[in-house]
Amino acid sequence: MRIEKHPILTFERGREVEFTFNGKKMKGFEGEPIAAALHANGVRVLSHSKKLHRPRGFYCAIGNCSSCLMTVNGEPNVRVCVEKLKEGMVIETQEGRGDLK
Amino acid sequence: MIKTEVAVIGGGPAGLMASLAAANMGANVTLIDRNSRLGGQLVKQTHMFFGSEKQYASIRGIDIGKFLASEVEKNPKIKIMLDSTVVAYYPDDGVLGIEVEEKKWVKMKADRIIIATGASERFLPFENNDLPGIYGAGAVQTLMNEHGVLPGKNVLMVGAGNIGLIVSYQLMQAGVNVKAIIDAAPNIGGYWVHASKVARLGIPILTSYTVKAAYPNEMTGALERAVIWKVDDKWQPIPGTEKVFNVDVMCIAVGLSPLAELLWQAGCQMVYVPELGGHVPLRNENMETTVPGIYVAGDVAGVEEASSAMMEGQLAGLSAAKSLGYDDGSYEEKKNEVLRELEALRSGPVGEKIRKGLSKVII
Repeated sequence: MRIEKHPILTFERGREVEFTFNGKKMKGFEGEPIAAALHANGVRVLSHSKKLHRPRGFYCAIGNCSSCLMTVNGEPNVRVCVEKLKEGMVIETQEGRGDLK
Repeated sequence: MIKTEVAVIGGGPAGLMASLAAANMGANVTLIDRNSRLGGQLVKQTHMFFGSEKQYASIRGIDIGKFLASEVEKNPKIKIMLDSTVVAYYPDDGVLGIEVEEKKWVKMKADRIIIATGASERFLPFENNDLPGIYGAGAVQTLMNEHGVLPGKNVLMVGAGNIGLIVSYQLMQAGVNVKAIIDAAPNIGGYWVHASKVARLGIPILTSYTVKAAYPNEMTGALERAVIWKVDDKWQPIPGTEKVFNVDVMCIAVGLSPLAELLWQAGCQMVYVPELGGHVPLRNENMETTVPGIYVAGDVAGVEEASSAMMEGQLAGLSAAKSLGYDDGSYEEKKNEVLRELEALRSGPVGEKIRKGLSKVII
């Protein structure tokens, strides 16, 4: 859910863009972190752990902890808490370590 | 190879002040930050700061960040590199390796380096502590205050230090319900002014409680329920004291650890100081580490507040410039003023832990 009114803050958001999450169309704002756009769309499970396949969300949101690695436009291990959203991005839940192409 | 006199790594409160201090003495500074904007974690601090006018007391953190960033941008002696991550320090020749954009790398040789990389959020061990919905308190602040997205509906805050208290208040401000703040310690760790603010909002603060377990929603896999229990005076949980909270968010605010990778790479002598959040570098009064020419400032030198980070940054910036021969005659006076400010910030019972920690690292 997005904050529309805040007693102290105003939010400068980019233009609205479309992207897909696991094939499903979603909307977000250009330039915001992918994780924020997903969260605003109700997506909290971003990846699954490598060995036990446990669901994972983000943890630190500033690019330190690597809890939020996803596959973006085919590239695995993208830190979506700091990677900026762009029009038409293809975002997928990552399973395992990801492969080099 | 890029050359600079003073490289400042990290554009948060410490790095901004370090850049300004060094540049104002006459040194050429390059400020490097991995984000697209300056300010570090000041950008999410909506509360007003304490301290003296030297640390911009009674101004909101976000506004301090904007002000310092604009001062840095205006300063002709400071070159700013954004979206740039320093990933390596080569001890043989003192060269920095920097990723300047996706898969593009540059090298930099600086006469002096000020490392102000900050800290990262700590974690807490309990059953199912990896569920989506269990976030660092700072992460929730980033999501909410920087990006305008709510973390969820109902929150359990773990940690009654300043971050736990402040973020709880900010969550309520944004319309999120904070069910309780818990802390394993028998006392509230944060300032009373922050504790009273959340108490006035009716949020219960449960001391001597820790998290027993978290449970997921079976459909979504994300957090749905948290169970806490009481701990005795030896920090052992007491069975039968469990309380259950139906929450979709748990915030972990149990402290920070210095982001000291570059210091390790550089071979700075490190020492484990629990009072300062973990491994921190030995340093002299001027914030210079055991590797000559490498200075530290802010949370990476020991986790404290943004106010002291600013003062340490100033001290490191002044000292680095002075060691390069830049001194308009005001060095001693400025340095002594900063030292006095730091002493005041760390005085009294609140600063006791920090003073104890610092006594182990200043050489």
